[in-house]
Amino acid sequence: MQYQAPDSFDAAVTLLNAEQGMARVLAGGTDVLVQLRAGTVEPDLIVDIKRIPGVHDITAEDGGWRIGAAVSGVELNAHADLCADWPGVAEAHDLIGSTQVQGRATLTGNLCTASPAADSVPAMVAAGATARVQGSNGTRDVAVEAVGTGPFKVSLAQGEVITSIFLPARGANGGDAYLRFIPRTEMDIAVVGAAVSLTLDGDKVASARVSLGAVAPTVLLVEGAANAIIGTSLDDAAMDKLAATASAACNPISDKRGTVEFRTKIAGVLAKRAAKIAYDRAKG
Amino acid sequence: MIHVTTTINGDETEFVCDPRETLLDVLRDRLSLTGAKEGCGTGDCGACSVTVDGTVVCSCLVLGAEAEGKEIGTVEGIATGEDLHPIQQKFLDHAALQCGICTPGILVATKALLEKHPDPTETQVRYWLAGNLCRCTGYDKIIRAVMDAAKDMRSAA
Ligand SMILES: Cc1cc2nc3c(=O)[nH]c(=O)nc-3n(C[C@H](O)[C@H](O)[C@H](O)COP(=O)(O)OP(=O)(O)OC[C@H]3O[C@@H](n4cnc5c(N)ncnc54)[C@H](O)[C@@H]3O)c2cc1C
Ligand code: FES
Ligand code: FES
Repeated sequence: MQYQAPDSFDAAVTLLNAEQGMARVLAGGTDVLVQLRAGTVEPDLIVDIKRIPGVHDITAEDGGWRIGAAVSGVELNAHADLCADWPGVAEAHDLIGSTQVQGRATLTGNLCTASPAADSVPAMVAAGATARVQGSNGTRDVAVEAVGTGPFKVSLAQGEVITSIFLPARGANGGDAYLRFIPRTEMDIAVVGAAVSLTLDGDKVASARVSLGAVAPTVLLVEGAANAIIGTSLDDAAMDKLAATASAACNPISDKRGTVEFRTKIAGVLAKRAAKIAYDRAKG
Repeated sequence: MIHVTTTINGDETEFVCDPRETLLDVLRDRLSLTGAKEGCGTGDCGACSVTVDGTVVCSCLVLGAEAEGKEIGTVEGIATGEDLHPIQQKFLDHAALQCGICTPGILVATKALLEKHPDPTETQVRYWLAGNLCRCTGYDKIIRAVMDAAKDMRSAA
């Protein structure tokens, strides 16, 4: 195995494309190092992106935030303005692992591992985040929900890297939230995750995005669930419809963490609770 | 093999390592800094905790090669010569260790906590140390030692 730490994304792409064997991009390494140790992945080349200028930066752009691919949980949660705009995304990412894992884990790595139970991904999907992807054919922006295509599978082509994540302008009267169910209070993997981002016009929901994690092979964007609350002030009927549409979108597996029935039911419950928190945050 | 120049506990250090080696492997097997322990090797137990540029991380989840140009802090750098750091003394006073495997990682993580939050609540301490597993003490003595150390360090400051 070779280790390279290039000083530009152009160089990173060149290295990845030149590799005949298996290559892996290294961000925080909290998934990559575990895979290396387990021997589930045996790369010939590791491309560490953390020495590329700008990868640790969070910069204001078009009213939103561009987050460098190597920004860790500690760095993200230390950014007061971003956390004020997107508390749901910040909290979701903060749920990942321990203090030690937070020192390294990135949004980009969480997205590219493509675990169905990834915590930050539903929050990013609800927020309408995009990933900037660079490859030998140039740069493109991809909706976050289009990155994961199945458990631990991504739509990125060989040699493509994510250079940053973009969270759009929050705008006035908006709020977001992410909740997960775990049997412990810390250090566990989501049995179900639910994220809601919405904006208000007076007391009524003007726009909404609802995303679910750990209930299907990929993180889901559930349009029906968003439609259930748009135009309402989250009255009981709207909340019941939100829960029902969220549950109906689930296609989970049963495992030691939870059964199909449990996950399906809890997805509706968490969607309602997250919607309420997002609504209260939007009210300010 | 990769040649790495880094700073460990304030001392400039050079080492050569295989690209697959973790920072934990390098510290223990090449630099004889055996304070950091390997409990799991997968980021779950925190026994391998060190700081990299001031941030607490699991050294089992960092490649040795990544240490190039960084400032690494390990448990060996916490005492000043023969004088124990107040956190170390409080762990002895409160008998906050039994086998001691978890202790170096907990000391490193606690020092970082108290530098950032000199007056933490007990809940804050418990969450901060949630990634440091101890199978001997039942945690209560650890939490008491940390709270007491925080108190003493505040009055000394
Ligand atoms: C103890 C422990 C607890 C954990 N708890 C949780 C949890 O509660 N919830 C959760 O969701 N996850 C959890 N994780 C998993 C992991 O921490 C997260 O998925 C984390 O966000 C990964 O980020 P990273 O920067 O460390 O990724 P890395 O390990 O560096 O990379 C992850 C994947 O993304 C690819 N990649 C990285 N950067 C790029 C890029 N720029 N372009 C293209 N591909 C890239 C890598 O090749 C790799 O396949 C835990 C891990 C540990 C060790
Ligand atoms: S050995 Fe690193 S966390 Fe357990
Ligand atoms: S004292 Fe034995 S593991 Fe903590």
